[in-house]
Amino acid sequence: MSENVKLHQQEIEVKEDSLLQGIRDCIPTLLGYLSIGFAAGVVGKTSGLSVLEISLMSTLIYAGSAQFIMAGMIAAHGSAAAIILTVFIVNLRHLLLSAAMSPYFRHLSAFKTMLIGTLLTDETFGVAMNKAMNRSSLSEKWMHGLNITAYLNWIIATIAGAFFGKWITDPEKYGLDFALTAMFIGLLVLQMISRRIIRKDLIVAVCAVLIVLGAGSFVSGSVAVIIATIVAAAIGMVVEKWK
Amino acid sequence: MEIRWHILLAIMGASVVTLLPRVLPLVLLSRMQLPEWTMRWLNYVPVAVMAALIAQELFTTDGKVHILQHYVEILAAIPTFATAILTRSLLGTVVVGILSLMVLRFVL
Repeated sequence: MSENVKLHQQEIEVKEDSLLQGIRDCIPTLLGYLSIGFAAGVVGKTSGLSVLEISLMSTLIYAGSAQFIMAGMIAAHGSAAAIILTVFIVNLRHLLLSAAMSPYFRHLSAFKTMLIGTLLTDETFGVAMNKAMNRSSLSEKWMHGLNITAYLNWIIATIAGAFFGKWITDPEKYGLDFALTAMFIGLLVLQMISRRIIRKDLIVAVCAVLIVLGAGSFVSGSVAVIIATIVAAAIGMVVEKWK
Repeated sequence: MEIRWHILLAIMGASVVTLLPRVLPLVLLSRMQLPEWTMRWLNYVPVAVMAALIAQELFTTDGKVHILQHYVEILAAIPTFATAILTRSLLGTVVVGILSLMVLRFVL
């Protein structure tokens, strides 16, 4: 009897960690990235980039904010060096996300963790950290299912934007630009509910909000996010130690 | 359909500087035993970064705070938060968020 129960549990775990489950868990993020990717394609096209250049950008860079900024800088005839430096700063927050994910992939080789990190984004990070709740490791297959689905969705969305952008010039009208914000809200709330340290998490969240808004007057938005994350997480650490 | 040389150069360079911050901490830190305080700090990174990103989306334009410019989004965030708390469904939250903003833009 207990043997049966154990077997059943194992089956559930295997299913939970499968590639297919990773693909399924990516579904809620698709709408957000579809609309932002589409918009990125439209903006790329209006900045004078060819469809091939836009697809290459999505395939090799795979980062929304960076691609928007790049398109703007290319339209303004910015130098390659200035563009590369700006993209570096905008995406520097990935350092923090990547570090926060690292404890869950101790069981994998360096090469395999590299493959997982290559496709890291804000949203796949959020989904992965929700999955990681109450576990000590994450499955490689599940992670690939999540990552590759998000990646393909992004490439398809930007190419679609580049092709059809001339007819839909104002994606904001349909509320689609809010998909990304709503996704972040969902990820934050689910995270906080399942962590069960609501009061400490609330302190951290409020600090992060205040710091990012305050720092925004002195530094660029992407640097403000990095500062807010570092300081607010440190406040959480101190509060935890202190109570 | 063409790729210009200086744009290819910018894309190649940008892809390298995007790849390194994504990959290096994962590869290096997953081989190390981190001190306890670091683990505790990392434990708060997801909540901190998500809250910061939401605040930026909701309240700022180009990094500067513009509450009035964003009042429709801020209003739409209320049913979105409520849906997340009540249903605990990501997809539901995204759908309610989009619909709320669409309705509010139409009404206001």
